[in-house]
Amino acid sequence: MTMLRERQADAAPLTAARAQRSRRERRVVLVLVGALLIVAAFSLAVGAYSLSVPDLLRTLAGQGTQSENFIVLSLRLPRLTLAVLVGVAFALSGALFQTVLRNPLASPDIIGVTGGASAAAVFGMLILGFGSLATSLAAFAGAIIIAGVIYLLARRGGVVGYRFVLIGVGVAFMVQGLLGYLLSRADLNDAQGALLWLVGSVSGARWQNISVVAVLLLLLLPVIRLADGRLRALQLGDDLATSLGVGAERTRLVLLVIAVALAATATAAVGPLAFVAFVAAPIAWRVVGTGGLALIPAALIGALITTVADFVAQHLLPGQLELPAGIITGAIGAPYLLWLLATSNKTGKSA
Amino acid sequence: MTLILERRARTRPRRVVIGFTFAFVLLGLSIAASLLVGTREIGLGAVIDALVNPDTSLTDTALTDRTVILDLRVPRTVVGLLAGLALGLAGALMQGVTRNPLADPGLLGVNAGASLFVVAGVAWFGVTSSLGYVWFAFAGAAAAATIVYLIGSLGREGATPVKLALAGTALTAAFTSLITIVLLADTAAFDRYRFWAAGSLVARGLDAALPLAPFILIGAILAIVAARMLNALALGDDLARGLGQNLMLARVVCAVAIVLLCGSATAMAGPIVFVGLAVPHVARWITGPDYRLIIAFSALFGPTLLVAADVLGRVIGQPGEIEAGLVVSFLGAPVLIALVRRVKLAGL
Repeated sequence: MTMLRERQADAAPLTAARAQRSRRERRVVLVLVGALLIVAAFSLAVGAYSLSVPDLLRTLAGQGTQSENFIVLSLRLPRLTLAVLVGVAFALSGALFQTVLRNPLASPDIIGVTGGASAAAVFGMLILGFGSLATSLAAFAGAIIIAGVIYLLARRGGVVGYRFVLIGVGVAFMVQGLLGYLLSRADLNDAQGALLWLVGSVSGARWQNISVVAVLLLLLLPVIRLADGRLRALQLGDDLATSLGVGAERTRLVLLVIAVALAATATAAVGPLAFVAFVAAPIAWRVVGTGGLALIPAALIGALITTVADFVAQHLLPGQLELPAGIITGAIGAPYLLWLLATSNKTGKSA
Repeated sequence: MTLILERRARTRPRRVVIGFTFAFVLLGLSIAASLLVGTREIGLGAVIDALVNPDTSLTDTALTDRTVILDLRVPRTVVGLLAGLALGLAGALMQGVTRNPLADPGLLGVNAGASLFVVAGVAWFGVTSSLGYVWFAFAGAAAAATIVYLIGSLGREGATPVKLALAGTALTAAFTSLITIVLLADTAAFDRYRFWAAGSLVARGLDAALPLAPFILIGAILAIVAARMLNALALGDDLARGLGQNLMLARVVCAVAIVLLCGSATAMAGPIVFVGLAVPHVARWITGPDYRLIIAFSALFGPTLLVAADVLGRVIGQPGEIEAGLVVSFLGAPVLIALVRRVKLAGL
């Protein structure tokens, strides 16, 4: 009895720390949701035709004038919705990859998964003359196939993080070579169209592709929620996870399949938006503090990144010129990536 | 015991001699194939004739043959030899100075740095000549190498292979993104870039390649100088210092050579990956750990690999052709994958 009490006493500070962390996480989530709402309001209201906040609310409630309805509900809302959805999908995909492979560089855009999608899509566009729907399907298939190839190659008595990443890097270089070949063969106009797709943009949002992403997210989110505990166990290392009754290898496989499906769908919908998958989860971990998985904050940060990037891309240049959102995420993500590498190495949490 | 040691001492040179003979033969074969193979069938006699006989009073077919040989096949062979030499040596130096089996100008982001600066030069400064490219390529290669090494060597364990490779990958991703930004804004630059980036040996021609040869020559001389230093470095920093090796000097010599070699190769043939990775591994497998031999062998095998890849691209891609850079990346990626799967890398 005394022993039990002692053990409870030992556990008390741990529980307190955990409670504090979840309080902090809840606060972070609230702040992020608030920020996302503000950005959403801005992207719906501001543009060539700007609305006041009451006007915007009236329009959203279905009481707007015809032109307000058209601009907000048919032009801006689909774009915003798609940006939020792909932001969540990329962020969760990256978070799962990074957690499962225990390596901050193991995000789908670094290890060639989105690269596979790109190569397949560009092949479809330039060689087979695919339209947008077929291109999306090709991108989806490309991501799945490349991910399967990397998994099979990296599998050798279990998946090890660094091996998976380096083999992914090798495959990514091959895919890059293939892309270069395809781009150099095509007509200049087509090649430029392909380059634009390769940057990624949410400007082509239709309710049709929005619904595909939405349905997939709705199906996968509960699964990820269920896998949360297993992920936590995996973070402790394989041996501990196994002794806690979590089949490490099978869990990893299931989670990787989910992550690949998320990345493939998002890429198929908007193209490979650079670095969203890569930076969302590390930012979330930094904000929330160490130890947690912080999947919800990561997803919100992903959505925030894509919506802000799209807003900036639309309004950065004067006049009606607009940039693809991927340019903004790339320009912000690239330096952040280097900074992250530098600081994570310095503190000894080596990549 | 002594007997075994003696035998080992004797078998090593024999293996090296056979290896070098083999390398020379392969190099000769790949050059011959590069001159002989193509969409236009030209016999061996006609090829030799075109090379050694400057007679101009010829029939039409013979004249066309001569033009094809001298204006098309000789230039691309020379470009392949020079770029392959540069990349093979650069890979060997990088693997030696970082003590890293995964070092490669492509993997460590040096090519991406050179590419980014070249693209910026083309788009913003209107550079068109390859002598103009090369200064941008040098600056970019130097910047990328410095950044990767600094980032990769932060932290307690210093520059481990995996940390360096990952820093290089990250830098490549970042630079690729920046390159795309520049290219989207500038159609003319994109048009020039896409042919250069495919890693072709024909895109630039001999006039563009020959001015870069002196830089490669200087790089190669520095590589020979560095070989003995790398042997000392291979023993570890403390032991190398104890043997009287100036570590700073060794690193600087290697870095200058790497920047010269990678920069010229990239300016000449585009960002080609995996030559620098695969060649030194084959060399080490044949010669053992002595860097003087590894460097010499890499200098032979690098050109062989790139020229052979170019020939292969011509054969596979008929009636057109596939760029050597793409062929190499499909041949080289399996080497990387095999290495990562098999070798227990130091510092993992």
